[in-house]
This record gives sequence, C-alpha cells and structure tokens, in this order.
Amino acid sequence: MDIKNSRTVKGVNFVNLRDAGDPVELAKIYSETGADELVFLDISATEERRKTLANMVLQVAEAINIPFTVGGGISSVEDVEVLLKNGADKVSINSSAVKNPQLINDLAAKFGSQCIVVAIDAKQIEGEWIVHLVGGKEPTTLNLFDWAQEVEKRGAGEILFTSMDNDGTKDGFANEALKKLSETLNIPIIASGGAGAIHHFIDAFKIGKADAALAASVFHFKEIEVSALKKELQTQGIPVRI
Amino acid sequence: MNIVIIDYGAGNIKSLQFAIERLGFNAALSSNEEEIKTADKVIFPGVGHADSAMKMLKETGLDKLIPTLKQPVLGICLGMQLLCTTSEEGNTKGLGIFNVDVKRFSNTLKVPQMGWNTISNLQSDLFKGISENEFMYLVHSYYAPICDETIAMTDYDGGYSSALQKDNFYGVQFHPEKSSVAGEKTLKNFLTI
Repeated sequence: MDIKNSRTVKGVNFVNLRDAGDPVELAKIYSETGADELVFLDISATEERRKTLANMVLQVAEAINIPFTVGGGISSVEDVEVLLKNGADKVSINSSAVKNPQLINDLAAKFGSQCIVVAIDAKQIEGEWIVHLVGGKEPTTLNLFDWAQEVEKRGAGEILFTSMDNDGTKDGFANEALKKLSETLNIPIIASGGAGAIHHFIDAFKIGKADAALAASVFHFKEIEVSALKKELQTQGIPVRI
Repeated sequence: MNIVIIDYGAGNIKSLQFAIERLGFNAALSSNEEEIKTADKVIFPGVGHADSAMKMLKETGLDKLIPTLKQPVLGICLGMQLLCTTSEEGNTKGLGIFNVDVKRFSNTLKVPQMGWNTISNLQSDLFKGISENEFMYLVHSYYAPICDETIAMTDYDGGYSSALQKDNFYGVQFHPEKSSVAGEKTLKNFLTI
C-alpha cells in the first residue's frame, strides 16, 4: 500500500470499504482475507510525516494480527525506533541505504536483522541490472547483484526486489534476476513488480525461487483475490497458508 | 485477570499487547518483581540477541525471579529460547527451565527462517482447537532441537521444537500475536489455562 499523509493513494477498488483511503481499514480486510504480510510505503513529503506515520503504524498494529513492514523516508536509527515501538514488525529502507550503507549495519546491530528489509529497485541498462533510486528515476552506479550481496553482508534480514522493467506491466515478475538473487543470497527475497495474473506468482516461486511475492494493484482492484491465488498456489504444490 | 508482560527492553511488545486486547483482556507491562510475582499469567517476550537480552535480565535481577514463578509463564520467540539451558547465540547461558541447548540453523537453508511454517505433533492444551499443520509466523535464526519437553514441532533444516512445556512454563518459537486466527487461539488458550 502506498500511503500519503496517512491515506492510501493509487486507486483502491473495494466496494465494501466505507473509506477507500483508510489504510487501517484496508489492512484489516487484507489480514482477514488471507494476506500473509502487508507492506506500507509512505510517500508523503511533509514535515508532519514522521508523526502521522507513527500514528498510522500504531493503529494498524492495533487492528491486524499478521506481520507488517513500513518503509518510506526512513534514514536514521531514531526513525526506526519510533516505528518499531509503535508496533511495526519490520522497516524497509531504500535510498538511505544506498547513500549511507553503514545505516544497514547500525540498524541490524541495534534492532536485529530480522526487522531490517532493504528494498532495491532496479532495471536493466544495456543488459546489466542497475540499482535505481526515487522510484526508478535516478540511476546509481550499483549493480543489483553486487549491491544485494553487500546488503546481506551488512546485516539486512530480507530483500524486497522490485524490477522497474516489470513494474506496472502486468506481464510477470523478473524471474531470471530473482532466481539469481535467490540462489546467490542466503536471506529471503521478496519479488515485486509485474504481477498481473495468478500464474505470474507461480512462476515467481517456481522459476524465480522467490521466498515471497508482493503485489498491490491486482489486489486493490480485485483482479486477483488473495484466497483464490493461495488455493491455486497450493494446487501447484507451493507451500502456502490457507 | 491480571496479565503481566515482562518489560526488559526487548522486542515489539505493542503488537502483543494489542493482540491480548483483541481477545478482551488487558496486559500490563512491568519489570517490577512484586507485580510479576502476583500476576495470574506472565508473558516473557523477546526479540533480538540472546546475549544482550540476558544481560538486560541480569541487570534487573529478572534472571533470578523468572525461574521461581509459579503461575503459567509463556515465553515467546527469544523469550522461549532464554528459558532453555544455553544458546549458541553469543554462547549464552539461559535460565535453564527447558533442558535443551539452542542451536543455529545451518546455512543450507535461508537464515533467518522468516515467514509462515506449520506446527505439528501438538501435545498440549496450549493448542486446543488448533489443527495439526496449522501455519504460524516465525522469525528466527536459532532453534531448540526436539527434546523431552517438545509439545509442537516444525520442519526447517530438519524438525525442531516450535513449542516447549515444563510444568507451568510454556514456550513458543512462533509469534502468536502475528499468527492470525490460529495464533490468537494459542494466546487465548494460554490466558485461559
């Protein structure tokens, strides 16, 4: 879920929602309908963001009984402390880790690797997977696989890999890159970007060897029901909580 | 009912408190010896590093208090591991309730184990109404091997103890407060023992 000033942004198509922009209500519906984990990405840029985000996290923790991750604009140990104290299970960092890789070490040492997710957005430039910042707008000089290895060494507990080439295409996840990440790293990899149909999730697990798969719009717009997806995964022999 | 969550600066206690509230109970956070001693139920949480958590327990004298408790005590995650004899994590000496040494997962699988996995061979009232192979949410790099006190097992890198029980002491490796309906049922079972 993308969050701006404590409201979900990007359309959400739930007819039974009283307030489609309320992340707490949406979180509750997802937790009750079989999602295994939720990710909140705060994209607001206001001065007040820290306070409103912490408050939202507290409300989410009160409402749901599954784990959730919070990301967006986190750049210090203090930022993380507030979010975890308010009930977040994990935090996700992205640009701040690229700009200051030591932050990963500091967070892992203070809070434990299990709650530190490093999100990596990447796309291919002349055949090489390059890490990008600002939602894919700003290229870095980092190679995806090198950066992922460094992130693991520094103490990340999980990697959330979004392929900018696949994101929004509804054409499937970046399974080749996923497979390489999953086979070279010893921490869980979450696949993100490109989900459009149930078989894309099956491919992400079977071909991409992903440990988890994330999607937003296909669920928000009810193109895929979480329960139907999980039933099909089970039929395909992928272990999943029903 | 008087429920106390032992507060020694370890872990995400907020979610646990909220989960107990959703079940219609209230839990107080406390590190006070008298309050813990007189509680009806004691929950011993923990996330983080075994060695540093043990140091915090020693600083507050809780390491002496916890093994003497007579009411039902539930250790969660690292809390369960600290109730064991030792842990490979930082070569830590535990509180010695459960007679088992905590070991690290080998690197043949992803470590930490992070996500949902099943519990089976359920042998306690803690799991009343919970089916075999129910999924629970787990996040950990260290595990208690199968032993005499095992009351549930999980398969990861071989089978290990996902729950332990000895007398009034219970321990669960999974996070009941994050394990959806089945987790809430486990918590409720503990609170109504």
